[in-house]
Amino acid sequence: MKMVVCHVTLLDGSQFSCEVEKRAKGQYLFFQVCDHLNLLEKDYFGLSFKDNAEQRCWLDVTKEIKRQIRNSQWQFVFSVKFYPPDPSQLTEDITRYLLCLQLRQDIASGRLPCSFVTHALLGSYTLQGELGDHDPEEHRLDYISDFQFAPNQTKELEEKVVELHKSHRGMTPAQADAQFLENAKKLSMYGVDLHHAKDSEGVDIMLGVCSNGLLIYKDRLRINRFAWPKILKISYKRSNFYIKIRPGEAEQFESTVGFKLPNHRAAKRVWKVCVEHHTFFRLVSPEQPTKTKFLTLGSKFRYSGRTQAQTRQASSLIDRPAPAFQRTSSKRISRSLDGAPVVNVSDYSQADGAGENSPALELNSDSKSQQVEVMERPNADAATSITSETAFETDGAGAPQRKSKLRVQGENIYVRHSNLMLEDLDKTQEDVLKHQASISELKRSFMEATPEPRPSQWDKHLTGSPATTLRLQTHGVPQNTPPRPGTDSRDASKSAEVKPEGNEVIEVVEETVVIEEVVKAKPKSSTPEASVPVETEVKEERSLSSDSESEDEAEYHAQPPSTSISTQQIKEEPEEEQEAELSQQAPPSAIESQPSAEAADPGPAAEEEKAAQPHEEERTDKPLLTPDEAPNGHAPQGEAPPSPQTAAADEEEPHIVNGSASRVETEHLPQVICCSEPPVVKTEMVTISDTFAAQKTEISTKEVPIVHTETKTITYEAAQLDGNGDGEPGVLMTAQTITSESLCTTTTTHITKTLKGGQSETRIEKRIVITGDSDIDHDQALAQAIKEAKEQHPDMSVTRVVVHKETELAEDED
Amino acid sequence: MSGFGSFTHAVVRALPQSLAKEALRTGSLEVDLLKAQEEHDKYVSVLKHRLGLEVVELPADEALPDCVFVEDAAVVCGDTALITRPGAESRRKETEAMKAALTELGLSIVEMTDESATLDGGDVLFTGREFFVGLSMRTNQRGAEILADAFKDYAVSTVPVQDRLHLKSFCSMAGPGLIAIGASEAAQKALKIMQQMSDHNYDKLTLPDDLAANCVYMNLPSKGDSALRLLLQVFEKLKDHMLIPVSNQEKVKVDGALTCCSVLRI
Repeated sequence: MKMVVCHVTLLDGSQFSCEVEKRAKGQYLFFQVCDHLNLLEKDYFGLSFKDNAEQRCWLDVTKEIKRQIRNSQWQFVFSVKFYPPDPSQLTEDITRYLLCLQLRQDIASGRLPCSFVTHALLGSYTLQGELGDHDPEEHRLDYISDFQFAPNQTKELEEKVVELHKSHRGMTPAQADAQFLENAKKLSMYGVDLHHAKDSEGVDIMLGVCSNGLLIYKDRLRINRFAWPKILKISYKRSNFYIKIRPGEAEQFESTVGFKLPNHRAAKRVWKVCVEHHTFFRLVSPEQPTKTKFLTLGSKFRYSGRTQAQTRQASSLIDRPAPAFQRTSSKRISRSLDGAPVVNVSDYSQADGAGENSPALELNSDSKSQQVEVMERPNADAATSITSETAFETDGAGAPQRKSKLRVQGENIYVRHSNLMLEDLDKTQEDVLKHQASISELKRSFMEATPEPRPSQWDKHLTGSPATTLRLQTHGVPQNTPPRPGTDSRDASKSAEVKPEGNEVIEVVEETVVIEEVVKAKPKSSTPEASVPVETEVKEERSLSSDSESEDEAEYHAQPPSTSISTQQIKEEPEEEQEAELSQQAPPSAIESQPSAEAADPGPAAEEEKAAQPHEEERTDKPLLTPDEAPNGHAPQGEAPPSPQTAAADEEEPHIVNGSASRVETEHLPQVICCSEPPVVKTEMVTISDTFAAQKTEISTKEVPIVHTETKTITYEAAQLDGNGDGEPGVLMTAQTITSESLCTTTTTHITKTLKGGQSETRIEKRIVITGDSDIDHDQALAQAIKEAKEQHPDMSVTRVVVHKETELAEDED
Repeated sequence: MSGFGSFTHAVVRALPQSLAKEALRTGSLEVDLLKAQEEHDKYVSVLKHRLGLEVVELPADEALPDCVFVEDAAVVCGDTALITRPGAESRRKETEAMKAALTELGLSIVEMTDESATLDGGDVLFTGREFFVGLSMRTNQRGAEILADAFKDYAVSTVPVQDRLHLKSFCSMAGPGLIAIGASEAAQKALKIMQQMSDHNYDKLTLPDDLAANCVYMNLPSKGDSALRLLLQVFEKLKDHMLIPVSNQEKVKVDGALTCCSVLRI
C-alpha cells in the first residue's frame, strides 16, 4: 500500500501529520485527527482543503481523500463545521474549548463581526481561560500583545480587555470558555456560513447558511430569511442556486427563488452546505442513500454523518473522566490566522441551529445528469391526470410528447413558480393556447397539486421507496375492475447525479433549463400555431419564469435548433446526460369519454399499438427549442394527436384525475417498460444552447465559460386513451415525494393518489438523474432504471418514458 | 434580554414656538401650542419624577421646528450612540445638540457622515436581540447599513414602510420580546416581515389604533415594568406593567409619537 503523509492544521495553529494509505477515505484521516485531539464529540467538526481554485472545500469523509483533493496538496485544516447553537449542551469541556479556538479565529479574522465591547469581553474570557487570574506582577500590559482579539486591535481595546480580565478572578478555564461561548453564540453572525452571490437582478448579496436556514444579506443588512421549514427544495443548476419556498398562508403556490453564484462550483458548494446543515440541524437522522443497483453512474451528495440530534444522544453516553488537555497560548492562534488555515469566508460552512425534525426538504442538485422519469399509472385512472394536460396538447395538435417533455423539465427544473407563472402565461400566450379551458384546468391542477413532500416519509423512503411504491400500486392496480377510480400514482423521479470522482466533473448543464428557455422563447414569438409541444412548454415557462428570474430569457434562447432525432429506443439516445421519464399508466380501458375528438382516437389506437407494438410515431420537435421556431407544432402527427394522457401533469398536478376508465392493461405496461416495445409516440427535441449568455451576468468576463449544450428530449408514450382526463378534476388524496440517492444516482419518486368520482388513481412518477461523463453507459443505466421500475411495480403500466439528454459540446470551465 | 428596558438617562428637548406653524406634518392640523407644551411638560415630568430617570433637557431651537422629536437624531444601544442623518433636510442640524449631550453622557459616538445615507431614529426598532430598520421616506438602505456597522453584534433587518412616516409609527416594544403593533394593514404587513426575518419568536400585542402601538417601555429596578402609553384598553392586558398614560394629542398632529420625544440610555 502506498502511504501518503497528510498535514493537518489544528485549531490551535499547530500541525499534525500522519500517514494514510493513498486510497484511504476521509474518515480515516478525520478519525486520526480526532484521536490525536482526544475529541469524542467530533460531529461538529470537519477537515477542509483547498481545491485547485484555492477554494476551501470540506473533505467528504465517506469518500477517498485522493479523489477529492485531486492534485492539490495533502494539506488540511481541522475546523468547526457545524456551530452548535447552544454550546452549553456540549458534553465535554474539550469540545467547548475547540469551539472557542475556532471562534477566536473567526473573530480575529473578521468573519464573526462584533462590537468593541464584545471584542473586549470575549478577549477577557480568552485571557482568563488561557492565563488564569490576572496577576499584576506577571501580567504587565504587554502580556496580551500575543493575543489577537479583533481584526484591528487597538491599544484602547487591549486596555479594556485587561480591565475586564481583572474582573474574572477565580473563574476556571472551563468557566471562562463557557462564558466566552455564551456571549459569542448571541452574535448575529455566529455559525453563519457566507457565500457571495447575486440575486436575480444581478445585485451583490450574500447567502448565509446557518442552523436555522438560509439568510440573505445585502451588505450588512439582512434582507430576507428562509427558515428550513419554509424551504421545500434546494437545488442548483450550473452556477445557479435555487430554493423552493413553501407557500405562505396567503399564498397558494410555492415559489422558487434563484441566486447566481460566481460559478458552478460555488453553486454546488452552497448547495452542499445547505444539504449538510439542513440534515445536521433539522433532521433526526440523515437520509439514507438509496442503493440503486443498476445505475452505476453518478452519486448524489448527501450528508451522511450524524445529525445534531444523534450526536447529542451519542455524547450523552460519553463516560470518561474529563480528559486533560493543554491550552495553547494565543500566539499560535494568531499564527494560524496568517497561515494557511482558513479564513475564506465564503468557503466555510458553519451552522448552528436547532435540530428539529421535519425533513421537508428536497435536496436536489442537478449537475449534469440524466434524469429518468418513470411514471407508472395504475390502469384505471392514470389517464385522468393526464387529461388536463391533454387539453393543452390538443391545442398544439397532438403533441403529447412535448407534454412529457415539459413535465420532465418541470421536474428537473427546480425552479418553478407554479402559479404565478401560469397566470402570466395565459395572458401573454393566449394565442398559443387555444383552449382556455384546458389552461384553467391546468392551473387548478397546479394549484391543487403542489404536493408538499412529507417530511417523515423522506427519510425512510429513500431506501425503501420500492416498498412504498408497491403499496400505492396496489391501490391503483385494480386491473380490470371497471369503474375503479383512478389512482394516480406518480413515480417519483429518480435523479441521480453521477459524479465521477471529482464533483466538478459532474457539472452538467441541466437540460431543464434549456428547455425552459425554449419555452420562453416561444411565447415571445407568440406564434399562434405552436404545436402542442409548444403549449406544454408554455406551462413550464411560466413556472420557469417565475422561479428563476435570474435567468434571462435572452440568455437562453440562443439555441439553434439542432437536429431532431427520433430515437425509438431510449437506450440509444442517452449519451451523457439523459433524462428519462417513464410513465406507466394503467390504460384506462373504458374511457369515459369526454374526449375531445382527438383524445378518443388516440386512445384506442394507442392501446392497439401497444399490443402490436404499434408503430411508434416519432415526432421530433427539433426546432421547438428555438423560441421562434418552436411555434409550429407538429400537428397531430401520426399519433393520436394529443391524447389526453399527458403524463406531464403528474408531477405537479397529481390531482388531476380524469380518467375514469379503469381497465388496467398490465400487459401493456411491461412492454413499454421494456423499451423494446415501442411506445406509441416518440418525440425528440434537440437543442443546442449556448449558455454563455446566461452566465454573463454573473461572471466576470474572463471567467465566462462558453458552454454549448445539446439537449435532446425523447418521449415515448403509450398510446392510451385518457380521454377522460378532461373531466372533472379528481380529489387529491395523497401526494408524496421520495428522493433517494445512491452513490451515483438520485431518484425522486412522486406518488400521487387521487380520488375521482369514486375511483382512485395512483400515479407514480420516477425521475432518475444520471450524470456523468461519456464513459458512463447511459443507455444501460436507463435500461436498468426502466427495468427496475417495472419490476417494482408489476401491476402498473408504463405510460410514458421521456428521455432528456443534455450534452455539453464544449468544456465548461468553471 | 434581562436588561432590556432598564434605562438610567433620558434626553429630551424643549418645544420651540415654531413647532405650531413650521413643523413638518403629513396632515394639515393646527397645533395648539399651549396644550402641546402642557403635554410635553407632563411627559418630561413622568420621566423625571415618576420614573426617576436622569433627564437631560436640551433647549429648544426656533430654527428647528421639529427639534422636540429627539428620537430621530440618535440611536443609542449599549455604550454606543449613532448620530443619525435625518431624512428631512430641515432637521439635519438637530443632531448637533444631541451629539453633544450624548458625548457628555460618556457614550461612544458614531456619526453618519455618508452624504447618501439618511436615517431617522423613528425607523429603528431595537428588540433587545436585533434591530429592524424601516425603509421609509426618511430612511434609506445606506442609513441602515451604517447602523448595522455601528452595532455589529446584532442582526439588522430592513422592513419596507409604506403609508406611514416611520416604522415606529405603528409599533414599538412593549416589553421584552413583546412587540406592540397596530391593527392597520401596513402595520400587520410590516409585522409579518419582521417575523419572517427574525430567528426569534416575539409575542405581539395588537392595538386597534396604530398610534397606540407606539409606547415607551422601561424596566426600572425601582419601578418594575412600566409603559408609557396612550390607550388604556388593550394595554391593560399587561397586568404586571405599571401603565402611565401620557397625553400626546397635540404632538401627534405633527406626527410626533411617544417614543419620539426621548432618547434613552442604559
